[in-house]
Amino acid sequence: MVAIALPRNSRVEPGQRHEPPRPAKRPREFKVYRWSPERGGNPRLDTFVVDLDDCGPMVLDALIKIKSEIDSTLTFRRSCREGICGSCAMNIDGHNTLACTKAIEDVQGPVAVYPLPHMQVVKDLVVDFEHFWAQYESIQPWLKNYTPAPAKERRQSPEERSKLDGLYECILCACCSTSCPSYWWNGDRYLGPAALLQAYRWIADSRDEATAERLDELEDPFKLYRCHTIMNCTNTCPKGLNPAKAIAEIKKLIVERRL
Amino acid sequence: MVATGRYGVARLKAQGSARSGAEHWWRQRLTALANIPLVIWFVVSAVSLSGASYEEVRAWLGGLFNTTMMLLLIVSVFAHARMGIQVVIEDYVHARAAKLAALVALDLATAALATACIVAVLTVSLRS
Repeated sequence: MVAIALPRNSRVEPGQRHEPPRPAKRPREFKVYRWSPERGGNPRLDTFVVDLDDCGPMVLDALIKIKSEIDSTLTFRRSCREGICGSCAMNIDGHNTLACTKAIEDVQGPVAVYPLPHMQVVKDLVVDFEHFWAQYESIQPWLKNYTPAPAKERRQSPEERSKLDGLYECILCACCSTSCPSYWWNGDRYLGPAALLQAYRWIADSRDEATAERLDELEDPFKLYRCHTIMNCTNTCPKGLNPAKAIAEIKKLIVERRL
Repeated sequence: MVATGRYGVARLKAQGSARSGAEHWWRQRLTALANIPLVIWFVVSAVSLSGASYEEVRAWLGGLFNTTMMLLLIVSVFAHARMGIQVVIEDYVHARAAKLAALVALDLATAALATACIVAVLTVSLRS
């Protein structure tokens, strides 16, 4: 059965408070989830005070500042710092989003920073993506064709290309899947909004010839139909995409081909 | 879990696809749609019959239209409830034995209750 409370060893305990190295003119508290396999024990919530007058505007700027000036053991993924790589996906102020595009000013009071929900924590804000990537790989995210490749390229009209708008922009940050209660309870079998949006991206592509077998593979009570249109995915997507709609389109296509 | 000891995409491949779910999804929506007029009709009828005597209700139910609507209501509501509760069980019950027992109990209970309701309606309406 679903556990309503967190297991005893997952309950978050109060942690240390770190003051800034120099007196802060505009102090802001960051409450950051900490857990490391070396230290073990329960996760704890450390408080870091950051001077906003001496810090970039985004939550990622503050995390980098904390790591370089206060506590170098703070562990998180980041790369592009402009919302295109998806590495710094985490739960900020109760919402899954990208730390690099989340403005500190948009958060009232202390800034709560947790790892993506319901994922295995590797260390601090870093979670294990192995299963998530396996699910992405399982939908075969590449062009599949049965007609021989033309001499130059597989052509697509502007109208056909426009069907990929709102799909191709997905950066696979996993904010959507890890915000989905169905994915929390049945993520071992339910593909989740991210993998399903990507599956629809190839179904919607006029150049792909494997639509039928893609739909065959998706028609499963758990892989696809665990989606109950909760819409957390669409609410949380930091790129403003609509995975719930993509999933609905897949369901529609599966029904339509029976009629 | 069907395949243990396999990891990553190999495990997902081994799980494969059940090639079902569309029928369930479609029928759940179909019965939801049917429930809207049926339940409105039932509530309006129940309110208008409040305070009526047994004989009056019996005469009302004996009408061909009312008997038909009542049977449709029973079939649609029980079918919809069965499918909805099935989804809840699949969502939340993960232990294999408990899940199987719950799904079997659900099927038998909804079939028994729906049949009892149909028998009750037919008994009252055909005797009038």
